[in-house]
Amino acid sequence: MTTHVISLVSIGAHPTSGRPRRAEQDARAVELGLQLAGDNLQVLHAGDIAEPTLRAYLGMGLAQLHVLEQPAGADALPVLGDYLRDAGAQVVLTGSQAETGEGSGMLPFLLAEQLGWPLIVGLAQVESIDSGVAHVLQALPRGQRRRLKVRLPFLATVDNAGPKPRQSAYGPAQRGLLQEHDVQVVDDELFTGAVLQPAKPRPKRLKVIKAKSGADRMKAATAKASGGGGQVLKGIGPEAGADAILKLLIEEGVVR
Amino acid sequence: MLNTLLPILLFAALGLAVLGALRRVNMWRRGRAAKVDLLGGLLAMPKRYMVDLHHVVARDKYIANTHVATALGFVLSALLAILVHGFGLQNRILGYALLLASVLMFVGATFVYLRRRNPPARLSKGPWMRLPKSLMAFSVSFFLVTLPVAGILPADFGGWLLAALLGVGVLWGVSEMFFGMTWGGPMKHAFAGALHLAWHRRAERFGGGRSTGLKPLDLSDKSAPLGVEKPKDFTWNQLLGFDACVQCGKCEAACPAFAAGQPLNPKKLIQDMVVGLAGGTDAKFAGSPYPGKAIGEHSGNPHQPIVNGLVDAETLWSCTTCRACVEECPMMIEHVDAIVDMRRHLTLEKGATPNKGAEVLENLIATDNPGGFAPGGRMNWAADLNLPLLGDKHTTDVLFWVGDGAFDMRNQRTLRAFVKVLKAAKVDFAVLGLEERDSGDVARRLGDEATFQLLAARNIQTLAKYSFKRIVTCDPHSFHVLKNEYGAFDGNYRVQHHSTYMAELIDAGALNLGQHKGNSVTYHDPCYLGRYNGEYEAPRQVLRALGIEVKEMQRSGFRSRCCGGGGGAPITDIPGKQRIPDMRMEDIRETGAELVAVGCPQCTAMLEGVVEPRPLIKDIAELVADALLEEPAPAKTPNSREPAEVH
Repeated sequence: MTTHVISLVSIGAHPTSGRPRRAEQDARAVELGLQLAGDNLQVLHAGDIAEPTLRAYLGMGLAQLHVLEQPAGADALPVLGDYLRDAGAQVVLTGSQAETGEGSGMLPFLLAEQLGWPLIVGLAQVESIDSGVAHVLQALPRGQRRRLKVRLPFLATVDNAGPKPRQSAYGPAQRGLLQEHDVQVVDDELFTGAVLQPAKPRPKRLKVIKAKSGADRMKAATAKASGGGGQVLKGIGPEAGADAILKLLIEEGVVR
Repeated sequence: MLNTLLPILLFAALGLAVLGALRRVNMWRRGRAAKVDLLGGLLAMPKRYMVDLHHVVARDKYIANTHVATALGFVLSALLAILVHGFGLQNRILGYALLLASVLMFVGATFVYLRRRNPPARLSKGPWMRLPKSLMAFSVSFFLVTLPVAGILPADFGGWLLAALLGVGVLWGVSEMFFGMTWGGPMKHAFAGALHLAWHRRAERFGGGRSTGLKPLDLSDKSAPLGVEKPKDFTWNQLLGFDACVQCGKCEAACPAFAAGQPLNPKKLIQDMVVGLAGGTDAKFAGSPYPGKAIGEHSGNPHQPIVNGLVDAETLWSCTTCRACVEECPMMIEHVDAIVDMRRHLTLEKGATPNKGAEVLENLIATDNPGGFAPGGRMNWAADLNLPLLGDKHTTDVLFWVGDGAFDMRNQRTLRAFVKVLKAAKVDFAVLGLEERDSGDVARRLGDEATFQLLAARNIQTLAKYSFKRIVTCDPHSFHVLKNEYGAFDGNYRVQHHSTYMAELIDAGALNLGQHKGNSVTYHDPCYLGRYNGEYEAPRQVLRALGIEVKEMQRSGFRSRCCGGGGGAPITDIPGKQRIPDMRMEDIRETGAELVAVGCPQCTAMLEGVVEPRPLIKDIAELVADALLEEPAPAKTPNSREPAEVH
């Protein structure tokens, strides 16, 4: 039995020119989906069917791409949730963050909440899917992987640790079918009501090189991220737990 | 006895030859339709053969004379033999003529034999080693059987033993020469070659013309295949062209990828296409293999995909599209067209452009330059030069096409030098600035015809807004594409390479030039300027004007060796035993020159990539800019004001 995999795609923007393109992480989600389900992969987009960039996904060898038609500024969340629940999807893959629009990276979380499915952040590889349970590798910083067991259906975000997307070819892109679905348009008031302004570049952390030798640098580059002063709280009351968390937040300057 | 046997042998062989010809024609007809002037081509064929083809063959005097003797001798012998021995016209004069023709053919065959005694590696062996002997068998047999006709010997001379021997000789001769011609023997080249010349896909090449621009794909025709997947996807006259190959290996000897040990041999590629059109395996190929690939492991037929059956993809991606093979081919076969056709399928249908290919193509779509640089930075190199923009001026004499070298720090030096020259010559020029896009050269050579046509259409649209007298560019690739490939999309311009333009400026006395100081200089001909556009003289003229005596390399002019930078080869980066630019640098070192003048950003990049110590690399524009004298000469225009007469 093949798993019913759906990859969600959005319209990306090239980092230097800002022109529309297939979104890097979404393309990786499609690639992962193709590796998992082959021709049975279903690719889904909520937005404008006339957007020519959608064909860049078809160029990866998809026979068709399903589009939940809605104008710019509409909320993709409810329509996606409805569609996914009805479609009987078992694995839903999506990029971690859109390159256009709000790009908050919240969609997978809200979608998972709405569907009541588990969410895996940074899916790198699916090792096996067996009787309703998947063994997957989750990408952690510095190339580390964590093996997770998750029950179907689940939702997973794919970031740059996912497989490199295959080239989009012109022929399949032209032949592929854009399948239109009429859905109820829900205005995204949070987005349309907000004022967009250019982001300020985040200040860069000064890089202090402490390493004295090549071996030290190697160690620093490969060592596991260590929080150091972390502590594991077990078997304590909610009051004590909340106190500990609050104390940490004050220490870190999150709460003043 | 021979009098009854000879007509039977002759006509049987001829009959079989006709059958073979029909069979072969049917193989070619599996290809797609092509626009060809069938009758006009046939009528033009003798001239194409005797003039255009002979010009190419005559670069090697030995084989040219040999071929004239053999081919002329054979054609005359064959015709006369059919008359004399086939139809029994036992005329004495015809007999003498046949004797003469067969002697001529024998002399030719002897020289073929001598060449084949210790053949160079580029020549195919196998059945080709048999050919001189077959030629001799044909000529000697017909010489001897014709002696009685000429009345030199009695008719029953020699008895039955000699008659039998001659019968065997004639059988051997006509089998190879008539039957073998259409059934796939070495003589196939004569039959297919003649028709190939008649129905060549680039008829403009004959009569001294030049046709080097790739032919466009009709993307609006949804039924047409996007490039060539199977042998039957070639046009029929391309298939015919493959069959014309004589396996002389001139292409192999000239191919930079083959010399570098990359898995490409143009001769083998053409023979593989022959295998593809006829069906079978490459086990019978008797020449040099693709470096690193054994012979006999590949097979194909007209309806089977070529790549990864008949030919490996990396063979196709090794080509630098330098056209050295096409330039050398005495049969005027179009190797590069075939390679790009197959690349088109890989890129447009399979999405299988190797290595950095996909990234470069994506960048071209999203940023109009292969490096993926922000399009807004295209004019950063000229931030302090105050260049006039065509968008402001709308009209100019010279449109300076900057090219994607604008993003490359090395090439920016060339561009700035050329601007200095233009300003010194007080030329009315302008640039497109941010309106310029990649010409589409790399996309097209990588097989992405769609992206090429997209870029071409946008550039043509931009150029249509303005008026200018000519386009000048420092990049031979842009030069070639603008000059030869935009025409198919209604973009017709007068385009010049900067060396040509500077030669004109110098001729007109618009530049006040000093002399080049110091080191000895050689010149590297870029493929896309030389072989693609025939411009060998202007760069040398400019160098002479600087007082430079060019120390020519052995391989210069039309035989110039590629730098390895064309055809997207640095992007697809197929490994070999050595690097092409290293080999070219060796050619440069042999001249003893301390500086090599170049005229192409690709060549500059490839040659500068060779590890030091090595000769310096400078663009012609840099050499001219360095030699400019501070005070520009007073303009030597003929209409300068006459001194007023005082009465």
